[in-house]
Amino acid sequence: MTGIRSEEVLIGAIAGMLSGLRHVAVGASSPVPGAAALLARAKGGSLPRVSVLGSRDNNFFTDGGKELFDCAGQGRIDAFFLSGAQIDGSANINLVSIGDPDRPKARFPGSFGSGYLYYVVPRVILFRFEHTVRTLVDKVDFVSAPGVSEPNVYRPGGPYKLITDRCLFAFDKARARFTLESVHPGHTVEEIAENTGFGYDVPATVPETPVPDAETLALIRGPVAEQIAEIYPAFAERVFGIAKAA
Amino acid sequence: MTDLLPSVEALAARIPDGAKVAVPPDYAPAANALWRAAIRRGVRDLHLVGVPVFGYQGDLLIGAGCVATAETSAVTLGEHGLAPRFTAAVKAGTIRVLDATCPAVHAGLQAAERGAPFSVMRGLIGSDILARRADWRVIDNPFGDNDPVVAIPALAPDFAVFHARKADRNGNVWVGVRRECMLMAHAARDTLVTVEEIVDGDLIADETTAAGTIPALYVTAMAEAKRGAWPQAVPGHYGADDTHLAHYAELARTEEGFQRYLTEVMQEPGLGREAAE
Repeated sequence: MTGIRSEEVLIGAIAGMLSGLRHVAVGASSPVPGAAALLARAKGGSLPRVSVLGSRDNNFFTDGGKELFDCAGQGRIDAFFLSGAQIDGSANINLVSIGDPDRPKARFPGSFGSGYLYYVVPRVILFRFEHTVRTLVDKVDFVSAPGVSEPNVYRPGGPYKLITDRCLFAFDKARARFTLESVHPGHTVEEIAENTGFGYDVPATVPETPVPDAETLALIRGPVAEQIAEIYPAFAERVFGIAKAA
Repeated sequence: MTDLLPSVEALAARIPDGAKVAVPPDYAPAANALWRAAIRRGVRDLHLVGVPVFGYQGDLLIGAGCVATAETSAVTLGEHGLAPRFTAAVKAGTIRVLDATCPAVHAGLQAAERGAPFSVMRGLIGSDILARRADWRVIDNPFGDNDPVVAIPALAPDFAVFHARKADRNGNVWVGVRRECMLMAHAARDTLVTVEEIVDGDLIADETTAAGTIPALYVTAMAEAKRGAWPQAVPGHYGADDTHLAHYAELARTEEGFQRYLTEVMQEPGLGREAAE
């Protein structure tokens, strides 16, 4: 199939990780995960419930900014999405800085809710759509939230998958290590090895990440594109060529 | 009694140099008209607390040299990218940053609103956020067995400052679902609010508005400011001025560009009234 955009492959792949869940929340600066959650709901009928930070149409919280976190702390949120300026091989994420945090070489927005949600949401999907040795590193410069914790630390949640613009990794919590799960169309296992700064396991055969079928594409380009434009108008215009509804 | 002030200038004059000020995120209305007035007045050394993050309003204040400490879980312009003046100030070492994570800010404010010394939360253990916060402590859950938890001390700002859709003449302020503004008002010593309109009647007496209303008890002073959140949104009332925010993000990439922006924004047509009132 031709004419499928790379973002649509990512949206389709992430949506597949969400089927059967009850409630998926989407945080700041997350247009692709947001679209994936909305797609999962479009395919699932009414579930999962989807709450998108900053949305009016897709956000049912009424108790202010704290409610998302309280809800997650109680186990009422099954999946969430986190990124990082750096992500390392133990799934530690860095949303803060490169170099000395007091006089950094680079400074990023900050940790947002990661210092809590990474611990309590069972299925945290990491995303980083710049897959290079600069972003996927052996050891992060600043730990916004660790991939794994000591046995006595309350940790029902944590990393589940890591999706990049080149491939999908699965995370094994017991071994604190990633395994290459699939490679996106147009990319290769060798190219991923060259562009990844951390060690990971590679099975004997690595499948290609499936592309969305015609029915799924119609959902992505139709209702999902329209819904995501409410929160991410620039993204919706760039990827789907649609303007925000007045 | 809540003071009903004649202008945002008069309200801004209530914020002294060095004050610890809690502000809402971009998606809850920010009191941008008030902040422009504070910049004109030349307020300095603010300790700005993002509840739990801030964006344009914080970047503007940092760029204008008003902020000594940024205590926040993030600073971002959303789709318009990194907050350029925050980034530059951190790299230059001209502001102190107390990095947090969102629910820790809420936890600190919640301790303050109930008059308790601290709140307890999960998460954070093993992070550099925690390692760099000397004011937070890991304690043993007294009801558990070898169960470390994090104690966050009460966070009581000198001021909570935000914009709201409406208030009545008694000083009751309607915030609807933006209940972080309620939390901020409960926790802060003083609350200063700008509102789109001051309405007749009693917002507390009306059952349909009472639950989303901050009682005047917590509101120290307020002033009317039409389009007071501009260039940011008042959800359900007017949207964000994305063209303007993109322009800001572009100009603020350099110190020279930011200074040009600051001159421009203070002379924006329609804002003259805000200064003259």
